[in-house]
Amino acid sequence: MSEKKKKKEKIPRQVMPEQEPEIRRHNFDEVPLGYTAEVAMLEAKRCIQCKKPTCMNGCPVDVDIPGFIKLVAEGEFIEAARKIKETNSLPAVCGRVCPQEIQCEETCILGKKGDPVAIGRLERFVADYERKSGQILLPDLPPSTGKRVAVIGSGPAGLTVAGDLIKRGHDVTIFEGLHESGGVLVYGIPEFRLPKMIVAAEVGYLVKLGVKIVTDAVIGRVKTIDDLFEEGFDAVFLGVGAGAPVFMNIPGENLNGIYSANEYLTRSNLMKAYRFPEYDTPVALGKNVGVIGGGNVTMDSARTALRLGADNVYVIYRRTEVEMPARTEEVHHAKEEGVQFKLLTNPVEYIGDENGWVKGARCIRMELGEPDESGRRRPVPIKGSEYVIDVDMVVVAIGTNANPVIPNTTPGLETNKWGYIMADEETGRTSREGVYAGGDIVTGSATVILAAGAGKKAARAIDEYLKSKG
Amino acid sequence: MNKIVETGFLSHAVVKMVIEAPDVATKRKAGQFIVLMTDEKGERIPLTIVDSDSEKGTITIIFQVVGKTTTCLSDMKVGESLYSVLGPLGCPTEIEEFGTTVCVGGGVGIGVVYPITKALKEAGNRVISIIGARTKDILILEDEMKEISDQLLIATDDGSYGFHGFVSDVLQNLIDMGEKIDRVVTIGPVPMMRVVCSLTKQYNIKTIVSLNPIMVDATGMCGACRVSVGGKTKFACVDGPEFDGHEVDFDLLTSRLRMYYVQEKEALENIRCECDE
Repeated sequence: MSEKKKKKEKIPRQVMPEQEPEIRRHNFDEVPLGYTAEVAMLEAKRCIQCKKPTCMNGCPVDVDIPGFIKLVAEGEFIEAARKIKETNSLPAVCGRVCPQEIQCEETCILGKKGDPVAIGRLERFVADYERKSGQILLPDLPPSTGKRVAVIGSGPAGLTVAGDLIKRGHDVTIFEGLHESGGVLVYGIPEFRLPKMIVAAEVGYLVKLGVKIVTDAVIGRVKTIDDLFEEGFDAVFLGVGAGAPVFMNIPGENLNGIYSANEYLTRSNLMKAYRFPEYDTPVALGKNVGVIGGGNVTMDSARTALRLGADNVYVIYRRTEVEMPARTEEVHHAKEEGVQFKLLTNPVEYIGDENGWVKGARCIRMELGEPDESGRRRPVPIKGSEYVIDVDMVVVAIGTNANPVIPNTTPGLETNKWGYIMADEETGRTSREGVYAGGDIVTGSATVILAAGAGKKAARAIDEYLKSKG
Repeated sequence: MNKIVETGFLSHAVVKMVIEAPDVATKRKAGQFIVLMTDEKGERIPLTIVDSDSEKGTITIIFQVVGKTTTCLSDMKVGESLYSVLGPLGCPTEIEEFGTTVCVGGGVGIGVVYPITKALKEAGNRVISIIGARTKDILILEDEMKEISDQLLIATDDGSYGFHGFVSDVLQNLIDMGEKIDRVVTIGPVPMMRVVCSLTKQYNIKTIVSLNPIMVDATGMCGACRVSVGGKTKFACVDGPEFDGHEVDFDLLTSRLRMYYVQEKEALENIRCECDE
């Protein structure tokens, strides 16, 4: 027994091959290439199948992690996929974009002395294997409860709610504002991080389960929440995301060539401007691009700009790399591809040319002062340190605000002072009976998996609510 | 879905189209717009809802053929369906009984001013409409505007019909003749709106404009449609599209409308919809 255990520890964490930085910075194909079956089984064998698995404490959607990994180790990949899908409707997405290093993998016991099991890579492998095999088995659904649920928004929160409630026998309709389903998964996260074909497949799975999707439906405009109740829906889930971009309100910010990250990424990802003129929507092709911010969206924008032919891409961030909210992996990928980091630097003004196009970002150098309310050291400008960075395109990626359309058109729906919907953390319950909310519209900008986790809790609460109504 | 039930040219470059969109037809109010896509690879373009018929479940749009999307759209036939129609979007026009209102429309902007004029008339206003075009052949909606206006005045740049000059000249004449005007709504090419606004500002007449900046999602998500109003940045899609014309930075609007000039030309040259394989 002890010998066997020793042998297990000897297997190193398996590396996932990636496209070389020099090659991938010129294409939109996915960066990591995934595990082969052999490598996946090898990696799965590293899992020591803890009796009390701590990894699961780190999973917002309660995946039976040791359970599925055991099946991978045994080569039962389809069974493994089914195991994950018992609680997670979006495994191919989560396997790619979850920050596992601060969730399941952070709490993996192997991580205490060495490298944790590559849970995310295994999840991704299993989901991809199932999709490619075409053997997508649908679970048996319980008899219909006759209750109807409207889910507003088809991002990670909404898709999770829809998947969980359809599996509990409710009738689910998703209303999506854009012409394509997936929310931030299709308009925000770039193809090279999350191929859209994968999102389409995960959405397709929900449709096969019986979820109805109505696209081009901006709730709040074409129908209000009250209209939906009148139409016979018994409960509503709001997973509309934190839609509105934040600008810095500094001089010159409306010059041509200056985008919000939302616009830049929507043009490139959803509208496929990177394939212009095959697709009609254009996007500026900056040669010297400044991307303002330090989050995952900043990295996505910077790496998109490189792929669209920029010579220089500068991430301009007012704090240091330590305080950056972006995933380490994203920062690492960006650096490998040649994104340049201008840290402790903040734009104060944009300078335009005679055609109203941005030609420079006047920036000020910063230093770290006392910690602020976020616990991070507050960046303080250094007087007289202004200098100009030559840029012909800028992406402002400093976060988003709540979109007010639904709160404004839903009487009795309470919001906090920033406009986010007030919802109970454990249930997603809002101030309106039968109305639940989760994801960025409650918490402000966060991650795909936290939104999915909120969706999971809300689905449980909605199910109980519908049952209590009899 | 979103089947075209009627389409035809009102003038050589302006098309009127009626589309099935039952939910939009029921909900829409004057001043609101839709975003449409002709096909999967198309661009999202905003167009004002000119009229609607909630019983038939249809809406009417009027557009000028200027770029690739509008060219493709004008080529579509009755019975064909649009890939996507989203709406109603934007804030409805503020409609009250103001007294005497003057509705000024230029070019294809007459189509945009029409539903507002109609709503103002229905709200009990005395409505004087001034519509204009470069020349008589391209003047649209004369009969329709006449029907909903107490008085209709016409101007053409070349003098081929009505007053020889600009709509702003006609408005100036009205003011000079002592007409007491409580509100002006003006929609058309940016230079026209700018001139009308600078005129009414002198007389302190509240003037509403409807702006048409470039949009992508048109739901407040992207900020492509940033305009400066009273020194503050607004999103035309959710804060507008109508604003106090005296506060609008027209230079910025003009400049931002030119952002994709080169690509728009390229797209037009590469037109896809003509090759009907």
